[in-house]
Amino acid sequence: MEKTFDAIVIGSGISGGWAAKELCEKGMKTLVLERGRNIEHIKDYPTMNKAPWDFKYRGYITKSQADDNPFICRAAGYDDSTSHFFVKDADHPYIQEKPFEWVRGYQVGGKSLTWGRACARWCETDFTAPNRYGYGIEWPIGYQDIAPWYSHVEKFIGVCGSKENIETMPDGEFLPAYELNSVEQHLQETLATKFGRHYVSGRWAQITEPQKIHTEQGRAQCQNRNLCMRGCPFGGYFSSVTSTLPWAEKTGNLTIRPFSVVHSIIYDEEKQKAIGVKIIDTNTKEEIEYYAKIIFANASALNTNLILLNSVSKRFPNGLGNDNGLLGKYICFHNYRAGMSGEFDGYEDKYYKVSKPAECIIPNFRNVEEQDTDFVGGYVIFSGAGREKLSEKGLTETIGENFKEQISQPGKWSAYMYMQGETIPKESNHVRLSQEKKDQWGIPLLITSMDYDDNDDKMVKDFLEQGKAMLEAAGAQNIVTNENRQPPGLDIHEMGGVRMGKDPKTSLLNEWNQMHLCKNVFVTDGACMTSTGNQSPSILYMALTARAVNYAVDEMRKGNL
Amino acid sequence: MNRRDLIKNIAILTAASFVGADLFLVGCKSDKRDNFTPFDINFFDEVAETIIPKTETPGAKDAETGKFMALFATDCYNDTDKENLRKGITKMNEASENKFGSSFMEITKTQKQELLIVIDADAKKYNRQKREEEAIHYFTMMKQLTLLGFFTSEAGATQVLRYKPVPGKYEGSIPYKKGEKSWA
Repeated sequence: MEKTFDAIVIGSGISGGWAAKELCEKGMKTLVLERGRNIEHIKDYPTMNKAPWDFKYRGYITKSQADDNPFICRAAGYDDSTSHFFVKDADHPYIQEKPFEWVRGYQVGGKSLTWGRACARWCETDFTAPNRYGYGIEWPIGYQDIAPWYSHVEKFIGVCGSKENIETMPDGEFLPAYELNSVEQHLQETLATKFGRHYVSGRWAQITEPQKIHTEQGRAQCQNRNLCMRGCPFGGYFSSVTSTLPWAEKTGNLTIRPFSVVHSIIYDEEKQKAIGVKIIDTNTKEEIEYYAKIIFANASALNTNLILLNSVSKRFPNGLGNDNGLLGKYICFHNYRAGMSGEFDGYEDKYYKVSKPAECIIPNFRNVEEQDTDFVGGYVIFSGAGREKLSEKGLTETIGENFKEQISQPGKWSAYMYMQGETIPKESNHVRLSQEKKDQWGIPLLITSMDYDDNDDKMVKDFLEQGKAMLEAAGAQNIVTNENRQPPGLDIHEMGGVRMGKDPKTSLLNEWNQMHLCKNVFVTDGACMTSTGNQSPSILYMALTARAVNYAVDEMRKGNL
Repeated sequence: MNRRDLIKNIAILTAASFVGADLFLVGCKSDKRDNFTPFDINFFDEVAETIIPKTETPGAKDAETGKFMALFATDCYNDTDKENLRKGITKMNEASENKFGSSFMEITKTQKQELLIVIDADAKKYNRQKREEEAIHYFTMMKQLTLLGFFTSEAGATQVLRYKPVPGKYEGSIPYKKGEKSWA
């Protein structure tokens, strides 16, 4: 196999796939390294067309599978129909100095196969608030820098949504939005009239109406099977496997090497830049070096931290580009620690057909114009309504013929809300390498040391109050709230550790996701994040990646890299 | 909702969750494997058929619900729940003996219905009053297993509920007439 390429991309997940696509389109011979197995669209979706009765335990996992995988089995979306897209706990140990449930999917496509698909944009406030209110450093870019790249990504992947002209959730290039059902419409009206807040159909990476660019990818309209995480035979939702990687492949410039865990990035002391990547073949344990002019690190937030920390040289004894000692620090995540639901009388003559792989969203309304709460940061609320299914609630019969008749009909309406909140980037929330323990390939284990804090608790309290007030105002009854107290990690939105910034003293990357101290290395996965914002981050990683590739290739052609 | 939305951690009942779905979560660790007998499976079938009888559409026995209940409890329950379920068979027979002078399998269809209505009411009362860490009533387990097994079976999903594996266009609001079935 060829050893030298124009570019190497570490990781084939949501951002790595984008790096590959953009680099290959620009004529770069590109090697994508993936530590897991290969996954091909459709061919490697073993459960995609299975009916509930085709699963021995009807989708549930057995006790022994749960006992063997106490952490990963708690990941959202993990069940008997999807578990093949998640790691097994025993295969990939790490050290939890503080509880952190690290959700990983080691295969071509990474977690883009099982992601949540929420695609709202950040607004200007999300970029400026951390510095303005003193809970973070200044982002080196603002909304206007990234807006055209959001458009670039949205058009290609297919994002549905409605144009709403909301300050805290900018509009994008949308395919038709999912309709609201009757109770969702009622909530929309209630929030608008009684709170001056928005309740709108969310923005999702679902093709609700395919455009030419989607059919060219071999993707078709979403059929609303709502089985996305098994892999979609229609290509109805976006993943690297469905979209970016096959697109890159068509250019003839792509090489994917699965079973290749990256040990480190190789730094050349004389050339004063990175010259390649050292991998270990996970099957043969052979060490191999690959070389390239530019390197994109897209291994997933914490693994990118791990690789950079493990990339030691004479020049960088503490990890690549880590003169300031901040590599691995300021890890942050999203606060998903509370939810609630309530029941609604009426609307008994209304139903919906059949299911949507989408939810509604209440954009952030906290700390936008000014600091107006006792916590910093904002949160969005995901919400939806539906009729109870197979619920005994409100039935007159408890067994028998009439019970069968009653329970097989849709029951009362209820609506739910759950929060997704910003957390504060803190130096104490960090990852580092174990000095003693190594994995089966001789790579140091990662130690996770991060936790929620008082600010998160205050935000949870505010969400619980506000959510309850909104549901009550809409006439909901029997509202049940839930604080799950879950450790970080289960949000699957870990970010930071290699943050962007203006000042090399306080950050690792510049405004182009380029390492301040090693100019031909770019980090465009979650590790680059300066703060978390309150919107789902994946589409921002994709946009940052496309923007960084554009810059990197320009710089390379100018001879600057 | 199948989105990666942590709903399962928030215990919301809008989607395809079953009553007390947290029952199915992880329990204590054990390698003990203790299979249910053919007698137990017949017993489960009889309980399930009393809860979901055959009408003009298939009933629990048509979907081999008893077999599923035994399989699911064997491989997915923790030991405590499994033991409670097993004891439930004995308890239900005792209740049947006390009320009708014969074991559950021997009493008439009408007597079975009568008995299960009483036990169901007892179970609901027990679950409301029990301490949080205590196991739920054995009959609640049997009922959950019945509903899960039957409505995810081919017969239950396609002939009793409305199963649309490829729904196509989503419509947010359609008229609903009393009697129309849930989407599977």
